[in-house]
Amino acid sequence: MSLYDLIIIGAGPAGIAAAIYAARKRIDFIVITEDIGGQAAYSANVENYLGYQFISGVDLISKFEEHIKKYNVEVKENEKVIEINKEKDIIIVKTNKDIYKSKTLIIASGKRSKELRIPGEKEFKNKGVSYCATCDAPLFEGKNVAVIGGGNSAFDAVLQLAKIANKIYLITNISYFTADAIMQEKVSAINNVSMLKNTQVLEILGDRLVNGIKIKRENREEVINVEGVFIEIGLLPNSDFAVGVDKNKNGEIIINSKNETNIEGIFAAGDVTNIRDKQIIIAAGEGAKATLSVFEYLSKK
Amino acid sequence: MNRSIKVYSTPTCPYCMMAKKFLKDNNIEFEDIDVSSNRQAAMDMVQKTGQMGVPVIEIDGQFIIGFDKERIKELLEL
Repeated sequence: MSLYDLIIIGAGPAGIAAAIYAARKRIDFIVITEDIGGQAAYSANVENYLGYQFISGVDLISKFEEHIKKYNVEVKENEKVIEINKEKDIIIVKTNKDIYKSKTLIIASGKRSKELRIPGEKEFKNKGVSYCATCDAPLFEGKNVAVIGGGNSAFDAVLQLAKIANKIYLITNISYFTADAIMQEKVSAINNVSMLKNTQVLEILGDRLVNGIKIKRENREEVINVEGVFIEIGLLPNSDFAVGVDKNKNGEIIINSKNETNIEGIFAAGDVTNIRDKQIIIAAGEGAKATLSVFEYLSKK
Repeated sequence: MNRSIKVYSTPTCPYCMMAKKFLKDNNIEFEDIDVSSNRQAAMDMVQKTGQMGVPVIEIDGQFIIGFDKERIKELLEL
């Protein structure tokens, strides 16, 4: 088995930037990733990335992909990292397909949609349960749907569904909505939305497809008939495999200004880390920084 | 070889766009079925696959849920 200088986990903006910098530094490396683009692909419109006044997430990602292809980077796609270990100076990365060895590692695995973890959620995923209103909203024409969450992404889902669905229930388990005022104003102007605060969703019900949800409010349980449930309760870092790497209470990998983690040789970049701002342009910059730190680290060895 | 390839998609879904781009890049002809404007097709898709999510890719009667590049490659022998 060959020993790489660097393995990059993830191919969102952070991973791709890290890879381009690594290719230009002639570092011997591979990228391991489940998909290309990550969360950035889900951005309908990107208007704050340099060089593009307006571009869709998908188009921006395909530009990134073109850029990475120019350098003949070896990308192991559709591959999920299960475990990382460090033995002496060697980092071992175990995936669902293979085992790889490297001197350094950049974790740029990003974030994923948070799940409610209630009965029915897994069973009815893609059978009425969706984590992407942008993708699936048009399938719910004339139907009653529920949007779970109270932040910007939940309000955005409501806006996307407003003209398609018959009735929308917007449900949050706390006493207020956290979305920006401008989003709240837009949603309150819609007349087929019913907003339920202090309401817990206990279960997603259905047969072959979703046909309702069981909710609890004011200590009373009731069933609402909906055929779609859009879950928009935020994101979770993909850091579960990084056992032994220090994380904050949200599961984000703690890094210093050089993108170093607590383990020598293991670096991290982008949305999976504790950097404050989760933005495409920032993730890309962090990816570049991480590779420059790796380069410095390898040169000293 | 003449193959029947359909992509059930919506205009706004990122992974639908990626799937279509992938097929185009590999010179694979396919029928793009926009389930947001074609209700009958949407109902057919749900009926045949039990799925309320896009993309769904149909290759010679076999359904692939989501943009599963490996499975597409396998079925198309790419």
